[in-house]
Amino acid sequence: MTRAMPDAGVPFTASEQRWRCAQPSLSIAALHAASLFAVDPVGTGGVVIRALPGPAREGWLQCLSGLLPHGTPLRRVPLHINDERLLGGLDLAATLQAGRPIAQQGVLTMADGGIVLLAMAERLSAATAARLAAVLDTQEVALARDGLAMRHATRFGVIALDEGLADDERVAPALLDRLAFSIDLHPLIDDAGPAADDQNALDQDLAATPVWSAADVASARDLLPQIEASEEIVKALVSTALALGVASLRAPLLALRVARASAALDGRLLISDDDARLAAALVLAPRATQVPAPPAEPPPNEDEPPEPPPPEETPDPSPEEQTEPPPRDDEESSKDEETPEPPPVGDLEDRVLDAAQAAIPAGLLAALMSGQDRRATAQASGRAGAVQQGQKRGRPSGARRGEPRAGARLNVIETLRAAAPWQKIRHAEIERKRVTNVGSRTAPSSAAPPPRARVQVRRDDFHVTRYKQRSATTTLFVVDASGSSALNRLAEAKGAVELLLADCYVRRDQVAVLAFRGKGVELLLPPTRSLVRAKRSLAGLPGGGGTPLASGIDAAAALAASIARRGETPIVVLLTDGRGNIARDGSPGRARAGDDVQLAARQFRAASLRALLIDTSPQPQPAARQLAQEMGASYLPLPYAGATALSQAVALATKSVSAAPAVTR
Amino acid sequence: MSVQFPFSAIVGQDEMKLAILIAAVDPSVGGVLVFGDRGTGKSTAVRALAAMLPKMRAVIGCRYHCDPEASGSACEDCKALKLAGTAVKSHLIPVPVVDLPLGATEDRVVGALDLERALSQGVKAYEPGLLARANRGFLYIDEVNLLEDHLVDLLIDVAASGENVVEREGLSVRHPARFVLVGSGNPEEGELRPQLLDRFGLSVEVKTPTDLPSRIEVVRRRDQFERDPAGFTEKWKKEDERVRRSIVKGKSHISEVAVPDAALERAAQLCMALGTDGLRGELTLIRAARALAALQGAAAVTDEHLKRVAPPALRHRLRRNPLDDAGSTVRVDRAVAELFGA
Repeated sequence: MTRAMPDAGVPFTASEQRWRCAQPSLSIAALHAASLFAVDPVGTGGVVIRALPGPAREGWLQCLSGLLPHGTPLRRVPLHINDERLLGGLDLAATLQAGRPIAQQGVLTMADGGIVLLAMAERLSAATAARLAAVLDTQEVALARDGLAMRHATRFGVIALDEGLADDERVAPALLDRLAFSIDLHPLIDDAGPAADDQNALDQDLAATPVWSAADVASARDLLPQIEASEEIVKALVSTALALGVASLRAPLLALRVARASAALDGRLLISDDDARLAAALVLAPRATQVPAPPAEPPPNEDEPPEPPPPEETPDPSPEEQTEPPPRDDEESSKDEETPEPPPVGDLEDRVLDAAQAAIPAGLLAALMSGQDRRATAQASGRAGAVQQGQKRGRPSGARRGEPRAGARLNVIETLRAAAPWQKIRHAEIERKRVTNVGSRTAPSSAAPPPRARVQVRRDDFHVTRYKQRSATTTLFVVDASGSSALNRLAEAKGAVELLLADCYVRRDQVAVLAFRGKGVELLLPPTRSLVRAKRSLAGLPGGGGTPLASGIDAAAALAASIARRGETPIVVLLTDGRGNIARDGSPGRARAGDDVQLAARQFRAASLRALLIDTSPQPQPAARQLAQEMGASYLPLPYAGATALSQAVALATKSVSAAPAVTR
Repeated sequence: MSVQFPFSAIVGQDEMKLAILIAAVDPSVGGVLVFGDRGTGKSTAVRALAAMLPKMRAVIGCRYHCDPEASGSACEDCKALKLAGTAVKSHLIPVPVVDLPLGATEDRVVGALDLERALSQGVKAYEPGLLARANRGFLYIDEVNLLEDHLVDLLIDVAASGENVVEREGLSVRHPARFVLVGSGNPEEGELRPQLLDRFGLSVEVKTPTDLPSRIEVVRRRDQFERDPAGFTEKWKKEDERVRRSIVKGKSHISEVAVPDAALERAAQLCMALGTDGLRGELTLIRAARALAALQGAAAVTDEHLKRVAPPALRHRLRRNPLDDAGSTVRVDRAVAELFGA
């Protein structure tokens, strides 16, 4: 690529560029990501920007477009794009005009050599993500649709605009795995404004950050193919990924490409240690699933989710810690302090690992320390599940003969297909009619023939598209693992949940598991269809401690709401004895806890969720029955029932719950 | 088509590579399912297969590239030619490895009315689809668990019958469609229906390597390949050639491999011990073991062969307890150890 730009062609001069980029809302990591992505959009795959629409995101995008060569195509992909627009299909207007099939290009083909911008990427379906992933992998769009079969080579980088707020709203993992950068602009937006000293620090950092221009990027692109990576660099990146529990091998490979881009930007032909450290901080740190083990230990086996460390070690994940993104410190040391600071002792691997570790986002670090499995955020939206055939919404599932009325949408291709074989005959018919008409009339001037349509479509030909919609059910188990329950019932509750899981498997339902004990609630398993994981998460559930019932109900309501937002139907199954003794704020005391439980129950009821309360106390308790009433849940006492009996009862009840929306007793 | 990553340059993943080679030697084992972690080279291995396969002889001009030798599985046109006693001309073509792209519509999979000819000439003609192209070769579906249900059903049906029957838009066509179905996917995206699982002859679980040296090797080779595809492929050409020869040898040798009664009995015992449903398990086990023996140039199927292919041939056929996370692999291994005396 020889796009060395004359001054006139550069959109912004260096100082302007600097002014543009140096917005206080952008972290240094974000700026690095922009320039490195600009150097190698195809190789690095892309960027996930987690931010709400706003000046920060706009600023970043503007900064990027200032760095990209002039005239780089940028294609926006709307959320619910269909395959025809995404991959390409039959251009109907042109087809009808020409009387032969004419293909139209999809967005992905048109984005060749440029950037694809995914709007609301966190809501992207697994199916669309898989299509994108396939195109990214093969660097071509393979089209087999609408009677067309063709391949178009296309190479592009992806910018996924992730507007998710909650932890469970994330970009589909298949796509996430292929995009090198992940930058989070949220924390800074939330700030009213950086404090004065923060601002100063940031200014200093900015002053020290090299500012790149489009011309730098262009020459870096030229340099890119020649850049060498030493054995040590590869080794350091791979071992850092392993130490951080990054299972996918794409991650170190992407990191290597980022390091290469970094060296190219700097005009060097060899990847330096600092390039590797920057790449580790940018690419590997956000993917960490575990805090690196001390060097003495053998590398952990990452097939297992990281074991939760003992609770005493758990740091308080206070949200205040997130005000400033940590990547800063390390970039500082990696980029600008390279000369004043003597190279740290220890080998390259350790230094790269340190850099990555320092760059793990604060929130993530806290989550990792408390043993949450981040990979569990996988948003399964596979194809199975209860499917409703509808006329208007959902994914197309073929076509049927019918007229486009009552909101049904005409499937033009199928209609044309149906009409196509008859064309010759119909034209002949029309011709015949015309001739007889002309013959019967005496004044030919009044019988000016109507303009002959190229394609004769009759009513019989009409086909409408059928759509199908998944209305999956997610069963949300909320398990009371506190001391009072744990003594006798926890094992039974676990057994029942396992049996229910088998039931869910048959129905292809999703399951999620929440447990509360001691002072807090833990999401053991986010909604998933993987039953093995469900079982594993339950098996490791310890019992004991107080009963933060109110918090448990709150968390259940929140999770149920998020499930409902995804268009699925949540059913809450609460297993408890109904006696809370820890208030919402974590303080012990039965009286306050009771008040809180009542409040939580009423809020739960207000959300009108389908719920079932299983009383796990040895004797049926009025407290539990009352709680069920307050929550608007069905009540099911199960004194000393075995797991099987419990499971049968729940299966029966959930069936009735799902049949009748509002069940109260 | 761009240059593919060489098959023999894939680090580790021996079971996956073996399963694919077995299917190449004996397509009747009935398909390979590769399930596992992201970034383990699932697609790479299947796409690399195309370059590994020895060329096959096909009738010139046949849309389904029929085998000039075989008469039973030929298409209508070739049968007609045979009956007429015309000498068919044939040529060598690469074995098709057809990628079923996501978002493919049914009409392109099974074939449909030729839109172009219908629109421009008003002629009702059949245009073959992907199934026709995959005849006598491989059909690869990436992300098989994301495929639309109706397409999955259709593929299973065709793969089982070896024939594609098209009855639509006034067309009535049937043509041979014998192919090895290769599916890959990630279990986190959703599990496969048991009916579909059972249709695959071999099922392979792939995991990311966890040891540092092989991980480094993976990244290094991938990086080398990306920077110099031609040179890298050249470097591995010899190795690939070796594998290709073993496929050729295996294909010609397979009919001579003896399957002693003892091996049949072992296979039956193993399936009984594991409680697999139906006879498909035993059949696949024997076929796969025979293919392996042929690959290795052995004269007869031995316990060693059975032991090696038992996990991929049986693990997806166990009566499934969705909650037994001991995993079916472990159960198969246990049964094998008990039976053969580890």
